[in-house]
Amino acid sequence: MSEHKGILLYAEVTRDRYIHTVFFELANKAVELSKKLGGCEVSALLITEPNQLENYRDGFINSGIDKVYIFEDEKFSRYDTEIYSQLAINLVKEIQPEIMLIGATNQGRDLAPRISSALHTGLTADCTDLDINEKLQLAATRPTFGGQLMATILCKKMPQMATVRPKVFKPMAENAVRNTEFIKKTIDTSQIASKVELLDFVKTLENELNELDSAEIIISGGRGIGTSEGFEMLNELARLLNGTVGASRVAVDMGIAPKSIQIGQTGKTVRPKIYIACGISGAIQHIVGMKDSDKIIAINTDENAPIFNVADLGIVGDINKILPELIEYLKKTKK
Amino acid sequence: MKIALCIKQVPDTSDIKWTEHNTIKREGVESIINPYDVYAIESALQIKRVCTDVEVTVITMGPAQAEDMLRKAIALGIDKGALVTDRKFAGADTYATGKTLAQSINTIVPDFDIVICGQFAIDGDTAQTGPSIANHLNIPQITFVKEVVECNDKYIIVKRQADDGIETLKAPLPVLLCVLQGYQEPTRAKINGYITAQKAEIKTYTLEDIGLTAEDVGLKGSPTYVSKAFRPIVTHNCEKIHANDGTIELICNKIEEFKAGKNE
Ligand SMILES: Cc1cc2nc3c(=O)[nH]c(=O)nc-3n(C[C@H](O)[C@H](O)[C@H](O)COP(=O)(O)OP(=O)(O)OC[C@H]3O[C@@H](n4cnc5c(N)ncnc54)[C@H](O)[C@@H]3O)c2cc1C
Ligand SMILES: Nc1ncnc2c1ncn2[C@@H]1O[C@H](COP(=O)(O)O)[C@@H](O)[C@H]1O
Repeated sequence: MSEHKGILLYAEVTRDRYIHTVFFELANKAVELSKKLGGCEVSALLITEPNQLENYRDGFINSGIDKVYIFEDEKFSRYDTEIYSQLAINLVKEIQPEIMLIGATNQGRDLAPRISSALHTGLTADCTDLDINEKLQLAATRPTFGGQLMATILCKKMPQMATVRPKVFKPMAENAVRNTEFIKKTIDTSQIASKVELLDFVKTLENELNELDSAEIIISGGRGIGTSEGFEMLNELARLLNGTVGASRVAVDMGIAPKSIQIGQTGKTVRPKIYIACGISGAIQHIVGMKDSDKIIAINTDENAPIFNVADLGIVGDINKILPELIEYLKKTKK
Repeated sequence: MKIALCIKQVPDTSDIKWTEHNTIKREGVESIINPYDVYAIESALQIKRVCTDVEVTVITMGPAQAEDMLRKAIALGIDKGALVTDRKFAGADTYATGKTLAQSINTIVPDFDIVICGQFAIDGDTAQTGPSIANHLNIPQITFVKEVVECNDKYIIVKRQADDGIETLKAPLPVLLCVLQGYQEPTRAKINGYITAQKAEIKTYTLEDIGLTAEDVGLKGSPTYVSKAFRPIVTHNCEKIHANDGTIELICNKIEEFKAGKNE
């Protein structure tokens, strides 16, 4: 098709100086895709401050990839959209990969569209499956419409780009030790300056003891809950029922529920006695995280919502009406 | 200060139809304003409250009926509306959408200081359009914005949801923001807002007006295409009832029953 060859992965460095786990998951998948492409090269892009490489070296060697391209500078102590995307764009233009994969973390989702757009190519977000089709194209499958539909997307430009959420693919099972080659790229950083300045950072505290593991009853909210006040209602219900609160990914993405309580493929897997899904459509990625609950109750305005396919009791109705009534009723009967 | 605000009309996700090209059919489907774009509007209004001399233009690329949504934004206090509409825009992926919107912004608000988008649209769910616009405008971006802390005509300070916590960032203008639901209470439209909105002139822009060609936009200008769309299948027997007077009691009884572990 063209002279584009090989798979390039973005090796995200976290704030506390780790290679993000999603990289190893991507590496595993990339090695598999590379076999289908006749054994093309799999490489990684690492952007880091100086003297950190030794900490990452073993991880790369065990990930089964062939090459790591390294950009090192004091200026790379923190992720910056414009600087990082520029480095990635330059590397892509130089090595011309046919595929580029990036983890769909908040960093990756900030970076990836910036790169693809500058390279005038396409990007498929949040893929749940990647494969090589009979024409040797990257076939990227992703859910749309809240997971009610799956779509397989192809790209007619190079590189074909995709992002994948953490935990979607498995990391390498056994050590896939390769003779990984480390290539330091030299760049003139005198012209590079970050425009966006970091003034402050407050780390999120993960719940020390995540109650979701032990709770008998989980009351979970999704997009249908809509607001933080809506989640307050769920908290109150949880107190009354002696349970705890969970959330769909959309609720987390909306910023109305913390990431630590996300249930599903990229969140927690739970098996309480009772799972109450409020305003959750029942996308397959959510269902995999809660389907083994003993009993499932679902409340949803849409009578065709897929969540009813796994529920034992399904209430077709509006949570804004049902939940306040339920709270009132429980308060009364408790006394 | 000039703000360009990009909002999108999305089909209600429980009512989807597809065209023969496997793209989403927009006509005849119940439409709502993308929920994240409500927060985008909110952020623009907030900047209007804290800064003087702010003019916000709300822009959408979509079918003629999207005009209603622009009027709704105006009713909330947005100053102007622009509808970018052309049959040739149909089937655009995020690359083509980003390019079209960037070009629209350059045409409609050439002297913009801030561009505000929602973090993502619930139909495509990609979160890519904002960064794509920023790239085409060649300006910095801040995504996952939760709150505007400070703003003046030189710079903006925002709180951003990072993977591991909340960052406070300062960016010079011009800049593009993609916003999540923040901490602020949503604004409601007032009666005179509705009146202003009814009277407001919404300007319409076609492909030609924004100076792009048919090759740049829509399905033609999109590097990606859908090759296949299918439904994930799961089935199970569910006792399904429509909410009625006895629903609350039923739920409580079922909870007791399930708790006790009585199986059917
Ligand atoms: C790689 C990947 C991994 C993912 N991992 C996860 C994961 O771990 N967990 C997860 O949850 N999702 C995950 N998702 C996302 C998933 O595909 C769905 O987008 C998500 O689960 C949908 O969340 P939701 O049900 O809250 O929102 P929606 O799908 O938008 O559903 C909202 C529902 O609320 C109902 N509703 C609206 N208003 C009301 C009301 N007033 N009363 C009652 N009902 C109402 C609607 O009818 C609708 O059914 C993942 C996606 C990808 C691509
Ligand atoms: N057709 C459009 N018109 C105006 N704004 C849009 C359009 N498509 C996307 N956007 C903006 O880009 C954001 C992200 O959309 P998406 O990339 O589709 O998830 C939305 O919240 C809007 O602010």
